[in-house]
Amino acid sequence: MTHKRWFTPWVLIAPAAVWLVVFSALPAVNTVILSFTDAKPLGGGGFVGLDNYTRMLDDRQLVDALVNSIVYMAVCLPLLTFLPLLLAVLVEKRLRGITFFRIAFYTPVIASAVVVGLIWGWLLDDRGLVNGMAERLGFLSGPLPFLTDRWLLLFSAISLTVWKGLGYYMVIYMSALGNVNRELHEAAAVDGAGRVRRFVSVTVPGVRNTMLLISVLIAVFGLRVFSELYILSNGTGGPGGRDMSLVMLIQMYGQGLTGQLGYASALSVLLFVVTVGPMLVLMRLNRKGA
Amino acid sequence: MAGGGRGFNGVSPVEKVVRYTLLVFVLVITIGPFLWQLSTSLKGIGEDVYTQTPSFIPQQPTLGNYAEVTETIPVWAYAGNSLFVAFIVVAGNAVGATLAGFALAKLRFRGSKPALGLFLATLVLPGEVTIISQYVIVRGLGFADSLVGVALPGALQMLNVLLMRTAFLSIPKDIDSAAIIDGATVWQRLVHIGLPNVRGMLSVVVIFSFIYAWDDFLWPLIVLTDPDKYTLTVGLQYLNGTFTSNPRLIAAGTMIAFLPIVAVFAVLQRFFFKGVEAGAIKG
Repeated sequence: MTHKRWFTPWVLIAPAAVWLVVFSALPAVNTVILSFTDAKPLGGGGFVGLDNYTRMLDDRQLVDALVNSIVYMAVCLPLLTFLPLLLAVLVEKRLRGITFFRIAFYTPVIASAVVVGLIWGWLLDDRGLVNGMAERLGFLSGPLPFLTDRWLLLFSAISLTVWKGLGYYMVIYMSALGNVNRELHEAAAVDGAGRVRRFVSVTVPGVRNTMLLISVLIAVFGLRVFSELYILSNGTGGPGGRDMSLVMLIQMYGQGLTGQLGYASALSVLLFVVTVGPMLVLMRLNRKGA
Repeated sequence: MAGGGRGFNGVSPVEKVVRYTLLVFVLVITIGPFLWQLSTSLKGIGEDVYTQTPSFIPQQPTLGNYAEVTETIPVWAYAGNSLFVAFIVVAGNAVGATLAGFALAKLRFRGSKPALGLFLATLVLPGEVTIISQYVIVRGLGFADSLVGVALPGALQMLNVLLMRTAFLSIPKDIDSAAIIDGATVWQRLVHIGLPNVRGMLSVVVIFSFIYAWDDFLWPLIVLTDPDKYTLTVGLQYLNGTFTSNPRLIAAGTMIAFLPIVAVFAVLQRFFFKGVEAGAIKG
C-alpha cells in the first residue's frame, strides 16, 4: 500500500470527478436527450422523435455552414501544416534575440479571438489600411468588400485563422524538432546535401507524425470555428447569414429566452458525429507519442 | 560545411543575414496588426484615420481615446469581471488538477484505471458540443447570468488533470519509495516531493488557464445577458456592435483587453518555452 486509508485517493480525485460528471458526462448525455425534444428555456421539452434531425435536411443555413467548414479545412490544412514548420526551423537556431522573435510569433495565439477579430475588422474595413494601401499603390480602383461579401468574408476569417494559428503550430513543431535526429542532419550535410534537400529528406520525415497530428487538429478546428466569423460579421453571419458556422448556429438557436434548445442540441450531436472520427485518430496519434 | 572547422551549429554571416531578414519579415506580419491598432488607439480626433496615406506614428498622440472608451462602456468593470473569472479558473485548475493528477500518477487504488479512462474519454468531446446542455445545468444551479456561472465549467479542465498526471509520472520512483519507507504521509509526499518536481507543468497549466479564461468568448456570450456583468471580450463585441463606429475607441478597447495577457505571458513565457524545447508540450 502506498497510502493508509482507502479513500485518500478518492478525496484527491473528488473535485475533478465532480467536474467530470457535472460539466462533461451529464451534459453529453443531456445533449442527446434534448435533441429528441422541443425543449425551450421556459417550458416545452416534449418528445418529438426525429423532428429536429429531419429539420436539418431542409436547413439552408446548415448546408452553408458545412460548406464553409469544408472550405475552411481545404485552405487551412495545407497552409497551417507547412508554414508553421518553416517558422519552427527559422526560430530553431539560437541566434541573438531569438527568444524575442519566438514570443512575438506566438503573440497572436495568446490574444483573444475577439481582440484579433476587431483588429482585422479595422484592417479590412472599406476605409481600412489594406484597402487604402491597395488603392494607393494602384492595385484597386475601389475598396474590396472584405467584410460584406459572402465569399470574401469567409476568406477573411480564414486568413485570420491562419495568421492566429501560425505560432500555435510552430510551437508544436519546435517541440518535435527537438527529437529529430541531429546526426542524420550532420551526415546529410557532410554528404553535401543542401539546406532544401536536408529539409525535405531529413526534417520533414522526422516530424511526419507531428504533421499528421497537426492536420487532424486543423480538420477538427475547421468544424469548431466560431469567434472569427462571429466578430468579422459583427454577429450577423454575413450577407444573408450565409457565413455561419455550425457552432454559430448552435449558439444562435441555443441562446436567449426564445432559444430552441432541442434543435440546438441536435446540431450539437451533429457536431460531435463529424468531429469524433478525427478526434479518435488524434488521441491514437498522441498516445503513440507523435 | 563551407568554411570547414565550424561546428554544425555555426552560422555563416550570409546565413545570418538571410535568417534575420526572414525573422523580421515574419515579425512584421505577426506584430504589425497589433502595432497598427496601438497606433490607431493613440490618434487624436483631429487626425484622419481613414486616409489612403495613413501615418504609422500618430501625428497628434493622445490618451483621450482610452478615457473616452471608459465613458462609453464600463471597460474597467469589464476588466475586473474578466479578472474575477480568470482568478477562479486559475485557482480551480491549479489546485484541482494537481490533486487529481497526483492521485492518478502516484497512488495505487482500485478503480484508478477506469477513472483515468473516463478522464481521457472527455478529450474526444469538443467543448462546443456540450455547451448548450452546460448552460442548462448552470442555469439549473442558479448561476445563469452570473460571473460564477461563467467561471464554473472551465474551473477544472480534464486536459489539465492529464497534464499534471504526466508531470507527476516523470518523477523517479526511487525518490518516492524512499519517502514511503520513511513513513511520509500522502500529503507530505505531494507537498515535499511532488510539487517541487512539477513546477514547470504547473506554470504551463496556470498560464493557459489564465489565457483561456481571459480570452473566452462563446461561453460568456451564452451565459451573460446583463451588460453590467459582461467580461471584456463580450463587452468589446458589445461596444463594436452597439455604440460606436469610431475605430480609435475600439482600438483603445482592444488594447485594454490585449496588453494584460501579453504582460502575463511575457513574465511566464520562459517556463513555457523551456517545456517546448524539452519536447514536453504536444499541443
